[in-house]
Amino acid sequence: MELTGAQILLECLKKEGVDVVFGFPGGAVLDIYHELPNFPFKHVLARHEQGAIHAADGYARATGDVGVCLVTSGPGATNTVTGIATAYMDSIPVVILTGQVPTALIGNDAFQEVDIVGITRPCTKHNYLVKDINNLAYTIRQAFYLARSGRPGPVLVDLPKDIMQQITEFKWPEDVSLRSYNPNLNPHYGQIKKVSKLIRKAERPLIYAGGGVISSGAQEDLIWLAKNLDIPVTATLMGLGGFPGDDPLWLGMLGMHGTYAANMAVNTADLVLAIGARFDDRVTGKVSEFAPNATFVHVDVDPTSIQKNVHVHVPIVADCKSFLMALRESLEPVIGATDFEVAHAGWVKQVQDWSTAHPLHYNKGGEYIKPQHVVEKIYEISKGEAIIATEVGQNQMWAAQFYKFKKPKSFLSSGGLGTMGYGFPAAIGAQIAYPDRLVVNIAGDGSIQMNIQEMMTAVANNLPVKIVILNNRYLGMVRQWQELFYDRNYSETCMDAQPDFVKLAEAYGAAGFRITEEKDLESTLKEAFATPKPAIIDVIVDPEENVYPMVPAGCSLTEMLLV
Amino acid sequence: MRHILSVIVENEPGVLSRVAGLFSGRGFNIESLNVAPTLEDGVSLMTIATVGDEQIIEQIVKQLRKLITVIKVVDLTEHKAVDREMVLIKVNAEDTKRAEILRIVDIFRCKVVDVSVDELTIEVTGDRGKIEALINLLVRFGIKETARTGSVAMKRAMQG
Repeated sequence: MELTGAQILLECLKKEGVDVVFGFPGGAVLDIYHELPNFPFKHVLARHEQGAIHAADGYARATGDVGVCLVTSGPGATNTVTGIATAYMDSIPVVILTGQVPTALIGNDAFQEVDIVGITRPCTKHNYLVKDINNLAYTIRQAFYLARSGRPGPVLVDLPKDIMQQITEFKWPEDVSLRSYNPNLNPHYGQIKKVSKLIRKAERPLIYAGGGVISSGAQEDLIWLAKNLDIPVTATLMGLGGFPGDDPLWLGMLGMHGTYAANMAVNTADLVLAIGARFDDRVTGKVSEFAPNATFVHVDVDPTSIQKNVHVHVPIVADCKSFLMALRESLEPVIGATDFEVAHAGWVKQVQDWSTAHPLHYNKGGEYIKPQHVVEKIYEISKGEAIIATEVGQNQMWAAQFYKFKKPKSFLSSGGLGTMGYGFPAAIGAQIAYPDRLVVNIAGDGSIQMNIQEMMTAVANNLPVKIVILNNRYLGMVRQWQELFYDRNYSETCMDAQPDFVKLAEAYGAAGFRITEEKDLESTLKEAFATPKPAIIDVIVDPEENVYPMVPAGCSLTEMLLV
Repeated sequence: MRHILSVIVENEPGVLSRVAGLFSGRGFNIESLNVAPTLEDGVSLMTIATVGDEQIIEQIVKQLRKLITVIKVVDLTEHKAVDREMVLIKVNAEDTKRAEILRIVDIFRCKVVDVSVDELTIEVTGDRGKIEALINLLVRFGIKETARTGSVAMKRAMQG
């Protein structure tokens, strides 16, 4: 069958099982857009390319499928770079299709030309420029394969306009084989035996779970391990939802804004089982004093993550689910042996005592609504079943601390890059995937303004996304650092000049609510959540509330500032 | 410690940039980098000399292996290897000094590849020790210019 490049591209997307494309048209991709109505997937027209890529990323995080983003050349492509870097840092499978000027013009500084392959080399898992239509189908096949396999990540394919117009025979390549790319998914048997022995010997084991648990779909296996061996669990920000947040073995998040119990547990543990988690500096604090008494087992599908920040005693390159299944097989026959069960029970009591003595806490009362209370109410009203997206800053940390995530893929947040403006478009992506679920973007008044234009996307697509703005009229997290470490010099963090968010919502055709008194919090949130339209709920909160506990940068995890 | 990495890559546009970008993006330093096609179609060999402690080199090797266009990485420092470099040295060579320089060229088994009234250009091939020794001997005559290829290296064949 002879097809144009544009038709081949879209046939490939169909074969890859793509349902939705998030994009924004332009000259270099006109041929693709011309063919788009003839194909069975939905196109979501964003209002800014950054919105499109974050939405594709949110869709990928919520579903586990590859998100697809289609933009034009030049500024269209460069506007996606922040979103690409966001997906790269958090290992999210996204395929970015960028238009390019015709091959004859490449390198001539043509109108809307940019070397997007060069620009995105450091922040993509891999990228391609298609220079021959005969390579197009195989390149798209490779791009999806790379994006979703091994350590997932964003893959960009740059598509020159003339390649999209040329005609050739369409052949779908059934297999992909890359001689240089063979991710190791299965753990080494000897290493599994070693881990099994370490767990049985350990008196104070701790599971430290990361985003890898979620992307590999290993929650059930993790629960099995923790429950059957009485091992408490903590997680990174990206790992939230990987273990039920309402389980007695759950300690809460670890690190800079982690719980007292989690930070004390890691400091005391004699065995840390790090599963699909990088040892990010926001988690370890002062690396030399991180888990000083522990033997480290580190499981990661990406070998570069192992031995990068901490010295690991048992490195295991494997998919988290494969690892946990193999470990389960090795431990199942010895479950019930009293030698280690008893020892762990004492340890579990110890960490639970820490949780009871120092739970996540904030001072209630006073004239203002407390932002933590707002998150608690969202949790209560949604019964912990909502998909929560966040922006970045205090809103993100309060969401991570006070919403007890029970299921994986229900917390969408820019962990590695810390991208303000991520949450709202990501929530749009999630709502596209799950039109009937409650999707809430917990935002700050600063960060919501970074991609507020996507409100039009939500309205145009009838997506009932809810944005709860924890409005403190500050860039809150920066202000907190200025208060604690910069002599309260609130340089340029006061956001007093801000739009009327209620009117803004209404201007877009969405619903707008404002909550200024605590007595209205629950009823207004309920009313807004029941509205079948997108809505902004502008909650005026305590302007100087801080996120606690807090470990100052460079300190050890035991040096926590509590409320 | 200095390490020599032998990196087999796909011979396609942008590969050199991916490898160099990996070093610069992480603050690692490349001492020398040499790249040329191999006998196998579509495959090139890069020889990269770099300096770092054990942990840095482990990261470099892992990061290189992670690149989709990198087929194989071998740290030759862990093996017995042949390591050679070619250097062109343009040195002052007035009449009174010329005989002495030519004696040195002879001892080091180098070649004179260009001559003028007051200069000689010498081609030398060898390991770093030999090249440094030669340069040290020629410095006093006044070296005007050098051009170095950087290391090219390969594992020695198994003996017995």
